[in-house]
Amino acid sequence: MKLFAVATAAAFSLAMSTTAFAQGLTVGVSWSNFQEERWKTDEAAIVSALEAAGATYVSADAQSSSAKQLSDVESLIAQGVDALIILAQDAQAIGPAVQAAADEGIPVVGYDRLIEDSRAFYLTFDNVEVGRMQARAVFAAQPTGRYVMIKGSPTDPNADFLRGGQQEILQAAIDAGDITIVAEAYTDGWLPANAQRNMEQILTAQDNGVDAVVASNDGTAGGVVAALTGQGMEGLPVSGQDGDHAALNRVANGTQTVSVWKDARALGRAAGEIAVALAGGAAMADVENAAAWTSPAGTDMTAVFLAPVPVTADNLSVVVDAGWITQEALCQGVSGGPAPCN
Amino acid sequence: MSDAPSAPDSNKPRRNFFQILEFDTRLLGMVGAFIGLCLVFDFMTDGRFLTPRNVFNLTIQTVSVAIMATGMVFVIVTRNIDLSVGALLATSSAIMAMTQTDILPNYFEFGLEHPLTPWIAIAVGLLSGALIGAFNGWLIGYLTVPAFIVTLGGFLVWRNVAWYLTDGQTIGPLDSTFLKFGGINGTLGTTWSWALGILTVLVVIFMQFSSRRNKISHNFPVKPMWAEGLLGFGAAAVILGFIGTLNAYQIPYRRLERMFAARGEVMPEGFTAGYGLPISVFVLIAVAIGMTIIAKKTRFGRYIFATGGNPDAAALSGINTRMLTVKVFALMGFLAGLSAVVASARLTNHSNDIGTLDELRVIAAAVIGGTALAGGLGTIVGAILGALIMQSLQSGMAMVGVDAPLQNIVVGGVLVIAVLLDIQYRKRSGDA
Repeated sequence: MKLFAVATAAAFSLAMSTTAFAQGLTVGVSWSNFQEERWKTDEAAIVSALEAAGATYVSADAQSSSAKQLSDVESLIAQGVDALIILAQDAQAIGPAVQAAADEGIPVVGYDRLIEDSRAFYLTFDNVEVGRMQARAVFAAQPTGRYVMIKGSPTDPNADFLRGGQQEILQAAIDAGDITIVAEAYTDGWLPANAQRNMEQILTAQDNGVDAVVASNDGTAGGVVAALTGQGMEGLPVSGQDGDHAALNRVANGTQTVSVWKDARALGRAAGEIAVALAGGAAMADVENAAAWTSPAGTDMTAVFLAPVPVTADNLSVVVDAGWITQEALCQGVSGGPAPCN
Repeated sequence: MSDAPSAPDSNKPRRNFFQILEFDTRLLGMVGAFIGLCLVFDFMTDGRFLTPRNVFNLTIQTVSVAIMATGMVFVIVTRNIDLSVGALLATSSAIMAMTQTDILPNYFEFGLEHPLTPWIAIAVGLLSGALIGAFNGWLIGYLTVPAFIVTLGGFLVWRNVAWYLTDGQTIGPLDSTFLKFGGINGTLGTTWSWALGILTVLVVIFMQFSSRRNKISHNFPVKPMWAEGLLGFGAAAVILGFIGTLNAYQIPYRRLERMFAARGEVMPEGFTAGYGLPISVFVLIAVAIGMTIIAKKTRFGRYIFATGGNPDAAALSGINTRMLTVKVFALMGFLAGLSAVVASARLTNHSNDIGTLDELRVIAAAVIGGTALAGGLGTIVGAILGALIMQSLQSGMAMVGVDAPLQNIVVGGVLVIAVLLDIQYRKRSGDA
């Protein structure tokens, strides 16, 4: 008991001595789910941008749990970070974390996914434009017929931005009666397995009467192509995004029409630079290329939108030239395909 | 014959320091492990782990799992298991969120900030949790479907009922009074926290005295006076130390400014205030006390432990073990509903993934806390300490910057090692 009391007293006195912590900028990054491969690329870009600015990188992974993400952000703040970059698991449930950061005067950069809070800076690719690019490429390949829309996760606001952009392009053809949307489905958690299951159900329900699929990312496109292949229907126009290596290979193979490529390295670099600028005391509006923007829910925000690149059979060389993928990986199993796989 | 010098007084066996204090050495070992863990993390984070702010964070992060862990103790003690608590939490949370934002405003014309809204929502949430739990218990007790199967099914059913109720959308913002149960948005403030702390110390000392007087009146052996004094002093130091730490966490300057601005006042120069005890932690303490009283002082509690120790003997001696199962699971469901209040208030929203994997954390907390899966053994305090150890491990490793996969590997390893140590301890001490 005495030992216990002493230990408590020790803990107590330790707790009371609020030590002055090291100076020098530290940027904390809260990832929603680091299990997904693509974030490794983003992380490397953020780290190199921070190193270039002489700042330190600390991170935490929420493992797909919005509750853990809140604890993670609290822990990062307790570590004394000067700025936060948050890849939000849930646009609304991250609110208390942004609140806590704002209370401490720590700037927050919402990375890639929207955070519904005007105190957070929003950095992403123009997702409405991504949606437009997807629909544009599929529409060019198949201007009439029965379309299926495979949407993203219902909890990710990007899913609806993408869907909105897709609709803008297709609307005229829908009004003219050239295109009918025969089915659409959300993909829980953006999981390819869910996209495949949904697509299989749709094919069954439509007796395979489908002419084109607008899928919202490469993961879901992979599921869609698997479902189509199961019915011997591969080669139908299918859209995607992210420039996943498997997807680019599908584009080279002709089983996917487009992968809208958002160079994660550009996004990561921009996030690192913006975080350092904001930590240094810059106002959100003073960030380079920043613009005022109103979210669909009506939140006034400051945002930077980077422009994506649609990768199709016509410009496949772009991704090889940028060092995003090797030619061998891109052209695996492809013979006599589009450049550079010919 | 046994007048060997090694046994000087045979009617009064030699007892060590902890036995004189009548202290549970198992529990003491866990407390020691917890303190050791905290000191290691504190060392590795340059003294950031044991700051008032992080202690505050840790306590509010633990509450939701700890509340459910107390119920899981009863479930496991009666030789059952509940794999559906995380899903049940999600359903309760969804029901409460929909009650607040949809049903009450649209059908009863109570706005979000109507004074009755949060209480109706909480009542509905707790009731639905208890009803679902009772239904599970009925399937297990009366229809004799194994608890593992019923709650494995429930794991899928209730997770997706929650999804169905909300269409997978995040529901919010919730009522501001409701949000006070989440932790940082609702604290007692320094004055009330001290008052509560001092009151608790007085109650503890009073209980010590009355228990001692009670024992003396029945001619039971009592601890020496110095041991009582030391225990009382220790308890007071822990309680007041805890309150003092929470009070030492200052409300950030900007938040204070905003609070004053919201009231239309100007903040005085140099004004500071501490957070004090979070209401969610207060709820946990109340649950802990309530559940401990149920376990130790009520017939219901004695039946639970008797049934867990030997179900056949319990049934033959006239305990309605079927009804008991229903009650235990209903209580578990009620506590899951209560956790849902805390968890959704903490996120200030109901999110579709709320409570995911909580069933595993809750079971792990109860087991680390010394609840035996064979039934019959387990303490409420142990389970809460187990939850605290798990959360400290997770938060501490996140703070040190351990990679996510390694964090989970460590937590999994700790779970198995804790049970291994427990088994070894029980073998040595001959304690069941």
